[in-house]
Amino acid sequence: MRRKLPEMLVGLGLLAAPFVLPALGMSPDLLTRILIWGLFGLGFDLLFGYTGLLSFGQAAFYGTGGFVTAYLLTDGVVPNMLVALVIGTVAAAVMGLVIGYLTLRRTGIYFAMSTLAFGEMFYFMENSVFKDYTGGENGIAGVPPPELSLGFIDIHISSGWPMYWFVAVIFFLGYLIARRIVRSPFGAVLKAIRGNPKRATALGHSIQTYKLIVFVVAAAYGGLAGGLLGLFQSYMPPDAFALDTSAQLVIQTVMGGAGTLLGPLLGATIWLYLYEGLQQVGNLGPYWKLILGVVFVILVTVFRHGVAGALISLFRRRRSLPADIDDTASTRVAGSLDIVPPLSTTRPGAPVLEARGVSKHYGGLKANSDIDFTLREGELHGVIGPNGAGKSTFFAMLAGELPTTTGKVFFRGQEITGIGVTSVCQLGMSKSYQINQLFEHLTVRQNVMIPVLARLRGRFRGDLLSNLHSEHLDSQVNAAIALVELTHHADTQVSEMSYGEKRRLEIGLALATGANVLLFDEPLAGLGPEERVMVVALLKSIRQGRSMVIVEHDMDAMFELAERITVLYEGRKLAEGTPDEIRRDPSVQAAYLGGMDDESA
Amino acid sequence: MPSMSLFLSQLFNGLATGLLLALISTGLTIIYGTLGVINFAHGALFVVGGYAGYTVYGLTDSFVLAVAGGSAVALACGLVMERGLMRKYYSRPPEDQILVTFGISIILVEIVRGLYGGVSLSVTPPEWGQGVARLGTLIYPLYRLETLGIAAATLLLLYFVLYRTSLGLIVRAGIEDAQMVNALGINVKRTFLLVFGIGAMAAGFAGVINSPIVALTPDMGFRYLVDSFVVVVIGGVGSFPGAIIGGIIAGEILSLTSMINPQYSDVMLFIAMALVLIFRPQGLMGQEGRE
Repeated sequence: MRRKLPEMLVGLGLLAAPFVLPALGMSPDLLTRILIWGLFGLGFDLLFGYTGLLSFGQAAFYGTGGFVTAYLLTDGVVPNMLVALVIGTVAAAVMGLVIGYLTLRRTGIYFAMSTLAFGEMFYFMENSVFKDYTGGENGIAGVPPPELSLGFIDIHISSGWPMYWFVAVIFFLGYLIARRIVRSPFGAVLKAIRGNPKRATALGHSIQTYKLIVFVVAAAYGGLAGGLLGLFQSYMPPDAFALDTSAQLVIQTVMGGAGTLLGPLLGATIWLYLYEGLQQVGNLGPYWKLILGVVFVILVTVFRHGVAGALISLFRRRRSLPADIDDTASTRVAGSLDIVPPLSTTRPGAPVLEARGVSKHYGGLKANSDIDFTLREGELHGVIGPNGAGKSTFFAMLAGELPTTTGKVFFRGQEITGIGVTSVCQLGMSKSYQINQLFEHLTVRQNVMIPVLARLRGRFRGDLLSNLHSEHLDSQVNAAIALVELTHHADTQVSEMSYGEKRRLEIGLALATGANVLLFDEPLAGLGPEERVMVVALLKSIRQGRSMVIVEHDMDAMFELAERITVLYEGRKLAEGTPDEIRRDPSVQAAYLGGMDDESA
Repeated sequence: MPSMSLFLSQLFNGLATGLLLALISTGLTIIYGTLGVINFAHGALFVVGGYAGYTVYGLTDSFVLAVAGGSAVALACGLVMERGLMRKYYSRPPEDQILVTFGISIILVEIVRGLYGGVSLSVTPPEWGQGVARLGTLIYPLYRLETLGIAAATLLLLYFVLYRTSLGLIVRAGIEDAQMVNALGINVKRTFLLVFGIGAMAAGFAGVINSPIVALTPDMGFRYLVDSFVVVVIGGVGSFPGAIIGGIIAGEILSLTSMINPQYSDVMLFIAMALVLIFRPQGLMGQEGRE
């Protein structure tokens, strides 16, 4: 029951609002307007609050949905109100697909700038190219009052409370869907994208597709809200397309609290109530937007999570609840962590990962020159070399992160040069990073879930409405957590953990992909003596069924672990052999000790 | 078919508009290139400059003083912004930086609205800018011709500062690696402050120069903000030559399409941006891999 608590509270709130809020001077029209903004904001919060994509162009979809719906109804093309709403929503979603495809090609500030610019494009088009349909500056007046035909009875929805109930029902449906999306496997990947897009990609998720789909979903919410606006006002204003609309949405969401779904609704309440309230107070009316601007800057600077975020953390502190317990997860631990079966069955000793004549040049700088490398099935292969020997560059090319300048990389006979980390991960190879690449704002369980989801679902799956948890998923996640000995921390937020624990989680993420070939980039970096022993034992214990390459500065650990060692020096392969051979190799001794130039760490 | 002289005059017009856009975008791009911050208040600083120039012009009757005054007020706003808020934001995610500069833009615009009201104010060109210029068969408003010269000269000056002085060297080194520059004993903080100020001043300067061409309204800044975004997306964010080339391209698109059908001039601009995003997402002069 506890799981459905937010849904029940929202439902009750919507039922109770008409009996409580008028006492605070809120009219049915004000409440309806707030709900329309709240619905618009549900989609935007999925995009911004959950996925981290700050769009300044949502007005484009609000306007598209609104004008398509209003045009269809006013011109009598589609007399059925619900059908017109659906067509408007779909039109907005299609626009979302186009604009999303273009703007998502870049991230961060580029994304914010280009969405803002495309939003303005729609505003101009409304006023020029599509003037004949949209009425240009006049908008579309005389949108017929909504009518619901249920076959046996026609309901006329008049303004005032009936309109409130109509919009409230749609808002509630929208909220239920958004809640499901947030709690689906799809939603879990969205949160990972927000936290660390680079790692989400490396763990096998095609994040571009996820971003595009959530962009389309946000556009559809915008379109539906825009359609309702026209019905509610019997008039579709051209302002719906204006930058101010996008900006108001952003401000309301941030003030209310991004990443809470209800934040935008709360923000809209503050905005509209403040506006009406300040008109009553002496001569403050004209300055309301200035006051709003000041409040907004303060909120962004001090309260990062808005009003809803502040309320939630207050509630948690009073009940002394930890950050984010996932009490719906099964506690069963799988006997062993699954490993992706190799595509072709190979015998021990056959080459798994091969680099043939790999070079990487940056202008005149030759980071790697003509390196041949072979990892055999079941082998633990070390790569060592002084600082600046080109180990990290070489590793990045093996992992598919960097394209090679010349040369090719093969994985079980299949060429993987430059196919990208996501594909490499889906083939069954994963890398653990020298500098932790974790999802800091998620718990350990939520972190480990990301690679397991990529293994169970592939690069992308549009399971927006499915349940996140399954016995198989949870037991695999638990097994991976147990393997890196973080079970007692399963529900701890990563940002609160010690460095050593984070280091183990870093390895755990790579393991949880189910990869049968693992690349470890300095797994012992920065660890204390006790933790070193622990991680070395861990690396030994996971060898069954896996082949590994390790780059490490810790020579003792390397000589203890590795069966074969490759030495890189100044971007070239200096030597290769068993630990004993390497220890005795005069050229290696010279490179490390004989003052060629660099020192060993 | 439009006549040759109309075409030439529009081509010229596009260059004038383009260089002005380039000037505004340069401010945006210098700040981004150095500090990694996209200043959403850039359009508001343009407005602040324009209105401050209007006041000085009214008081002194000297357009030169108006330009100086408008630039100085925008500079002051930029310095206060950097000292008061932006400095706390350099280590925060880009989304927060966008949100806070956006909030500041609301405050600036609303202060302007409070002081001057919401009606549009027109500015007459200075005496030396009145009348028309005849260039062969071409007849062209004199002031527009002069803005072209002023914008070009200012861009040259900025180029000189950025590429030929030690400040410019520090700025460009700071773009590459701020920590390293700091370690060399150069006060990066003060350089950042200066850069933010120069960027803001460029917006204010353009605001005054533009005021005899387009009447002042408090909300006009957003339009210029959007246009300068389009310019830097086309040219490549953080690239000085990119801002100039992007500005000229944008100016010519606006001007040449409006000759054929004014309805489509803005739309064409965004189509150009879409094409750049599809075929060269890093911008015409942008470097691969920089976000």
